[in-house]
Amino acid sequence: MEKNKHYVLGVYDDEDVLLSAIEKVRDSGVKIQEVYSPFPVHGIDDALGYKKTRLPIAAFLFGLLGTSLALIMQVSMLGFDWPMIIGGKDFVALPPFVPVTFELTVLLAALGMVGTFMIVSDLKPYKKPRLMDIRITDDKHVMAIDLAGNTLAKEDIKKIVNATGANEVNDKDFED
Amino acid sequence: MSIPIDDILVNKDHAPSGPVVSSLREPLVTGGKTVHDVTEDICRQVEGKPTTTWMLGMAISLATLAVGAYCVFILVWEGIGVWGLNKTVGWAWDITNFVWWVGIGHAGTLISAILLLFRQKWRMSINRAAEAMTIFAVICAACFPGLHMGRLWLGFYWALPLPNTFGSLWVNFNSPLLWDVFAISTYFTVSLVFWYIGLIPDFASIRDRAKNNISKAVYGALSFGWDGAAKTWMRYESVALILAGLATPLVLSVHTIVSFDFATSVIPGWHTTIFPPYFVAGAIFSGFAMVLTLMLITRKTFKLEDYITINHIEMMNIIIIVTGSIVGIAYITEFFIAWYSGVDAEQYAFLNRMTGPYWWAYWTMMTCNVISPQLFWFKKIRTNIAATFILSIIVNIGMWFERFVIIVTSLHRDYLPSSWAMFYPTIYDVGVYLFTFGLFFTAFLLFAKFFPVINMAEVKSIIKSSSLKQKK
Repeated sequence: MEKNKHYVLGVYDDEDVLLSAIEKVRDSGVKIQEVYSPFPVHGIDDALGYKKTRLPIAAFLFGLLGTSLALIMQVSMLGFDWPMIIGGKDFVALPPFVPVTFELTVLLAALGMVGTFMIVSDLKPYKKPRLMDIRITDDKHVMAIDLAGNTLAKEDIKKIVNATGANEVNDKDFED
Repeated sequence: MSIPIDDILVNKDHAPSGPVVSSLREPLVTGGKTVHDVTEDICRQVEGKPTTTWMLGMAISLATLAVGAYCVFILVWEGIGVWGLNKTVGWAWDITNFVWWVGIGHAGTLISAILLLFRQKWRMSINRAAEAMTIFAVICAACFPGLHMGRLWLGFYWALPLPNTFGSLWVNFNSPLLWDVFAISTYFTVSLVFWYIGLIPDFASIRDRAKNNISKAVYGALSFGWDGAAKTWMRYESVALILAGLATPLVLSVHTIVSFDFATSVIPGWHTTIFPPYFVAGAIFSGFAMVLTLMLITRKTFKLEDYITINHIEMMNIIIIVTGSIVGIAYITEFFIAWYSGVDAEQYAFLNRMTGPYWWAYWTMMTCNVISPQLFWFKKIRTNIAATFILSIIVNIGMWFERFVIIVTSLHRDYLPSSWAMFYPTIYDVGVYLFTFGLFFTAFLLFAKFFPVINMAEVKSIIKSSSLKQKK
């Protein structure tokens, strides 16, 4: 993927100013690439027009996989491969299989969903982040506007961002 | 720019442009902290040199760990015969300690998962440390069944369904002991993942402030390239919510399954259907007590009084009253049912607990678990730090005795009076218990020094609604 290099950044102190700014900037026809925050801001996904994440579906499917694997494992091992008489119970008695099935369902749902999250969000050890502003992880919200994705001139975009109550409007150029 | 709730109620046409601030609730963060102050306050201990108190704590923990490690070595070398177990009392301190530690491990995920589902925002200052405590407590718990196996290097074959040279004689999926293996390893894994996901944004905060190259490299690697993008935050919140949804039944299942170890047997005193809820309540009870013990020390030494307020301590004490009272009712119910069942053996088991040779253990349990938490009905006591600290330790002593009473007094007077016996711990029983204490406190101190002890990102998200109004 070719990386874009030139950005205009709107830096905000307050999350509520940020939310109204996102709407104003989008209404004036400027495309926002992404907004970066030190903490989750409620309502930002709607303001940016993001679709709901499908991670819950991934969790459900992984959970289903866990349930099936657990049942197949227990039934095949105790029912067919090496049947044992334990307390006179049937070889395939479902109630005693419930705890292990439940635990493996939860385990696979949790690990599968978190793994999917890591992959889709490209989070991995030793990854070098492309930070727009070093203060994002402290107390600043940053709205990043990619110049390559917008038809308006840089100065016009800066004017629009400035009018929304941004505390700072900066340029950011990446070398790589 | 926060709006008092009254204005919104009067003026319903206007959507609030700031967070809704309740005039009824106490602020969760005091001292008029700003978002930047949160980063500063929490990163300070990670970035500064270790304090003398910390060094002293570490020295004591490591010394305890070393003494314990010697006892563990002798135990593995000689076999579990060095413990004070006998033919009648075949389970004693080992499983008492196991259940005790697992119980303590219940508070962390309860705080981060169940309180998240209930939208209890006071969890935010304490969830990080409570989850760390959970993880370390579960590791300590796992030491006991592992060591009790004698040859723990073969444990994988006995505990996990692995193909083996017996031609595959598989593990017994009908056994509660095997359910424990799955329940506890799942609980450990899910808690660890939940904890780590929460740590990633905070590691990124430390990474971006780091001055020296080692910190930059280590926290850079740990923070997984976090950049704070709104899309990632959106997914992150969804993951946290679902993990909470998955962890909630998981927390309840773990101690339920631990109680099955006893409840599915036919030993009088163990064969009780009340065990699952009673064990879960007891686990939460002791877990919160341990969180309080640890947090009161952490709060004081790291000067976090603005984040872990008296309000937080009071909330936890209220949970202690509730769960402590459930445990008390369970004790009394057990007695009633033993009498009502009309089974002689059952009636004897309970009378023997109360008046037999282990009466002192029984009455220690009753005093610590049933009477002492009732003191928290007084607001003066539940908002008093010294009283809370002492009571939190008393509760955990009581909970240790609860497990001891259930396990040892039910076993020591067997079906045949000729095989009646008493249990006397040896130094190796004590030593292995000390080992887990050393392990727990060493791990917790390392966590407190090198990890952010409070979830910065979550606390920052409530600063506007629960702290800034203080400044006015």
